[in-house]
Amino acid sequence: MILQAIAFWILAGVAVSAAFMVVAARNPVRSVMWLILTFFTTAGLFVLIGAEFLAMLLVVVYVGAVAVLFLFVVMMLDVDFVELKQGFLQYMPVGALIALIMLAEMAFVGASWAASRGEAAAQPPAIPVSASNIEAIGAVLYTEYVYFFQAAGMVLLVAMIGAIVLTLRHREGVKRQDIGKQVGRKRDEAVELVDIEQGEGIG
Amino acid sequence: MTESFAVNFAIAAPEVFLAVATMGLLVAGVIMGDKSARLITWLALATLAGYAALALAGLANGAGAAFSGALVADRFAVFAKVVIAIGAGLTLLLSDSFMQKEKLSRFEFPVLGLLAVLGMGMMVSAGDIIAVYMGIELQSLALYVMAAFNRDSLRSSEAGLKYFVLGALSSGLLLYGLSLIFGATGATDFDSIAAALAQEESLMFTIGLVFAISGLAFKVSAAPFHMWTPDVYEGAPTPVTAFLAAAPKFAAMALFARVLVGPFGEFIGDWQQVIVALAGISIGVGVFGALAQSNIKRLMAYSSIANMGYALMGLAAGTQNGVNGLLIYMTIYLLSVIGVFACILAMRRKDGMVEQIDDLAGLSQTNPGIAVALSMLMLSVAGLPPFAGFIAKLYVFMAALDAGLVLLAVFAALGTVVGAFYYLRIVKLIWFDEPAQGFVRPGRTVAYTAFGSAALAFPILVVFIFPLISQAGAAASALFS
Repeated sequence: MILQAIAFWILAGVAVSAAFMVVAARNPVRSVMWLILTFFTTAGLFVLIGAEFLAMLLVVVYVGAVAVLFLFVVMMLDVDFVELKQGFLQYMPVGALIALIMLAEMAFVGASWAASRGEAAAQPPAIPVSASNIEAIGAVLYTEYVYFFQAAGMVLLVAMIGAIVLTLRHREGVKRQDIGKQVGRKRDEAVELVDIEQGEGIG
Repeated sequence: MTESFAVNFAIAAPEVFLAVATMGLLVAGVIMGDKSARLITWLALATLAGYAALALAGLANGAGAAFSGALVADRFAVFAKVVIAIGAGLTLLLSDSFMQKEKLSRFEFPVLGLLAVLGMGMMVSAGDIIAVYMGIELQSLALYVMAAFNRDSLRSSEAGLKYFVLGALSSGLLLYGLSLIFGATGATDFDSIAAALAQEESLMFTIGLVFAISGLAFKVSAAPFHMWTPDVYEGAPTPVTAFLAAAPKFAAMALFARVLVGPFGEFIGDWQQVIVALAGISIGVGVFGALAQSNIKRLMAYSSIANMGYALMGLAAGTQNGVNGLLIYMTIYLLSVIGVFACILAMRRKDGMVEQIDDLAGLSQTNPGIAVALSMLMLSVAGLPPFAGFIAKLYVFMAALDAGLVLLAVFAALGTVVGAFYYLRIVKLIWFDEPAQGFVRPGRTVAYTAFGSAALAFPILVVFIFPLISQAGAAASALFS
């Protein structure tokens, strides 16, 4: 138990400070690196509460795919982040105030939760011990939660359509491969036999 | 298992039909290319008609809930779905000729519109906080893309981007609030949440509720979460603005009512003051912000902020009469705003669209038909008797007074007086100013929509008002049973 508590505090501390560094880092590539660290430590937190499948997903999907994509975008787009952060100090006081309010609210929430700890209502549903994570998720994902699953599918469909609508352009004058045209070419369109006198060339 | 699946399917039939038909239209559009945009638009209208018909047909089976209560099909949901289908259908119809003329005609547009309607349908029949979130995301994501649809225009892209970034922020607020509610109650479906709250109410829940309300307030563009509205309304292509202004507003407001008076109805003490503040600030920001506008789309944005304030006043009452008033208000507002946007779409000169209020000067001489329609709609939105907008305002004011919100009602009444100024200014411009250069003749759909909407705004058509009131009443009572 004490080991778990130590692991939790270390992981949570690293996660929060890494998340802070994502915002604070000057170089956007470093921001992405800190983000990866945040994902890793969060995955550790998932393992601590016994959700090892979610932990693996976080590493595979977020670190493996999303963060790499971020890196590509950050490196390919030449965004001047120093210039973007020009107004940072100007908005700092308001931002800090809001952050403080949020912090106070979260402290309230935590305190009230701690106070009513014994209540049944405030406890999350228990994780079934008999089944593995994957079994537990698989048992409900396509049955009880099929509606949300399908809805998520529709959201992704919208994202796909949106990306195509907003970025796909059929530019004029671009030579594209047209298989039908290639195959349908006749011999006399493609080959021309020319008699060339010796030493004169075609011109 | 199989039987219960069939039952679930029957209850979700409108949504399933809409989703499948939309994907069918998408495939058809991809095969036929952008030439098919007009055909797809008409098929999309047929799909919406089918959606509304299936929702109405579901009424015969009585209220029911599918997928462990995530999708509720009661009279409230059916009423909302029919109004949403009408609003979305009319605005898609209006978009067609505009898109053709501006060379934006692409088949994805009606498909995205249908997907947004699917999200709205999920919102208004949500019985679970996950369904609330998924519905909102589906709707919003489609709307972001639609706002940026004219991708070669800087303003349209800016509108889409701004809407997206602020929308993501509000989704974050909403999710944070919903997660706190989940943390406080240990459940996601409304019934279990209500049951858990009946045992014990915690501070965590209250804070979560306030966050969730903030997220929802963004979607209805109630002040102080209204910042995106004028820019998005102005930047987006006009038919998209009309689409944004009609159905999504209604859906978000219906969702607001469903969430607040449904599972959290007992805790009116927690949320009433928040809604009262939102309503008051919206009315203030809306009417005073509109005074300084010279662009008619921006003016309509501020007008919508103020109108959301009035509608929220009905919700603030928290009673059945209040929800009834909210539904009547939103339905009449939706029909009027579509008419107003039809008139805005008619503001086309030979060299393109114009959007300044001054361009309307002397419209009564250059285009008397549109002038009469627009004047009637303006008087109706301003809430002057005997127009439909007055009846709408009457219902929300009565509900607020019944609930003892006298101060809010007085403030709102003062807001109406200030608001009447800028609506009447447009009427004055149309009838008494020197004519500016005339507009080209509007297309038939645009003109008919404007006339139809103006006709509904005029109370001669009691045929329309009385069924609306009784249907809205039945829908509101479904939430309180």
